Amino acid sequence: MCLGVPGRIVAVDGFVAQVDFWGVRRAVRLDVVDEPVAAGDWVLNHVGFAIRRIPADEVDATLALYDEILTAAEEDAMRADVRSEIAAAQSEPDDG
Amino acid sequence: MAELRPLPVGRVGEAGNAALQFRDPVRARALLGALEQLTAHRAGGAPLSIMHVCGSHEQAIARFGLRAVLPPTLQVIMGPGCPVCVTDAPEVDEAVALADAGVRVASYGDMLRVPGSGRSLDDARADGGRVDVVYGIAEALATAQENPDEPLVFFASGFETTAVATAAVLLRDPPANFFVLSAHKYIPPVMEIVAEMPHTRVEGFLAAGHAAAITGYGVFEPFVARYGIPVVVGGFEPLDLLAGFAKLAELARDGEARVVNAFPRMVTRDGNLRAQQQLWAVFEPVGGQWRGIARVPNGNLRLRRGFAAHDARRRFEGLLAAAEPARPAPRSDECRCGDILAGSAAPSDCALFGAPCTPATPVGACMVSSEGTCRIWHEYGGLPRIEIREARP
Repeated sequence: MCLGVPGRIVAVDGFVAQVDFWGVRRAVRLDVVDEPVAAGDWVLNHVGFAIRRIPADEVDATLALYDEILTAAEEDAMRADVRSEIAAAQSEPDDG
Repeated sequence: MAELRPLPVGRVGEAGNAALQFRDPVRARALLGALEQLTAHRAGGAPLSIMHVCGSHEQAIARFGLRAVLPPTLQVIMGPGCPVCVTDAPEVDEAVALADAGVRVASYGDMLRVPGSGRSLDDARADGGRVDVVYGIAEALATAQENPDEPLVFFASGFETTAVATAAVLLRDPPANFFVLSAHKYIPPVMEIVAEMPHTRVEGFLAAGHAAAITGYGVFEPFVARYGIPVVVGGFEPLDLLAGFAKLAELARDGEARVVNAFPRMVTRDGNLRAQQQLWAVFEPVGGQWRGIARVPNGNLRLRRGFAAHDARRRFEGLLAAAEPARPAPRSDECRCGDILAGSAAPSDCALFGAPCTPATPVGACMVSSEGTCRIWHEYGGLPRIEIREARP
């Protein structure tokens, strides 16, 4: 729960963005992210909220850890936490 | 949830290069060498003691086996960095009382299994209570929206990073049947409490990188000024962690108490001001008990009066006051979760660790949560014992 998860914005509709996480698309809320974001931007997300826009030149460095974690064994706690983080974003767009 | 797919090939290649950058054995050895040098003067005495306050840091340290390679002159301990673990038993009791009274309660899976004074939310569910497991507040909110005629209480845990999400939901006009039972906690004040504990020795704090993305590293400056203990904000890669330890070792050796940002790709001095504004618009810091640790002044986040209409403690005040006092769970008096959260004991110091206390049969909160020290040590092994045998002639 200390670890946010990066995803790439596919579309923005008001304060909700469709975000791609390793091929899984979820609705992420943009209420708290402090920079304007648009399709193509990468954001760090926590419990279904984007908390920071990831500068383009930091994306690879950020993704490296997750690529490693997501290939870990099923029962790996860090992998489970990262997957929970992704699941915390809604699978359907929230019309709030 | 749908299966996650690998990233497109180009992306994996690029990230793979970045992975090398963060797990490069040459750089790891160089950092370990630096750590050894920076702590060499501690040989024969007490090792330099560094505390981190983040379950994800502990997971990363454990899964990459970092403790096995650290010099004996350095010890890294986990403090109260597991929000589920520090949720106090009476807070769980409140959620249990609501579920017992027939109120629908939603919370994270880990929160269901945390023991209260007597029973857990899982027990309340087994006894007929309506308890939903959710991944986050958005899911609880959706349930409330779909069922406007029944109250839904979201039992909210987590540090400031997570409380921001709760705040954002409450600021955007949630339905009238949506309530929050806040067990949110605020990390900076508990660092002061831990620094003052007589049995806990902390000479440097490694602060959690993603939490600091919200609060900024400036939030630690008053602590450093007051206690003279350096704070380094660190990331989660093995080399991020080693670099964080090395910076702390250098600051400690030089007697230099300041805040250093060793995670600049995510953290700035001011952090996310928009998020902070929402956090403090909704919550006020109040003193509260952290399980096993102490009463922490300003350590709990309470809903401000302006959000009373969604505050479960106000909406169900009578019901909560009438709840029967709980009976303590068996063997809970032997559980050392409190000492472990305070950094004065390791899981291996607890007689219950491994038997009878396991992730399937947890006695205390530290074994319940995926961020709990005991759970992490049980999974990965805490301090791997690596025997190096000399070849026989």
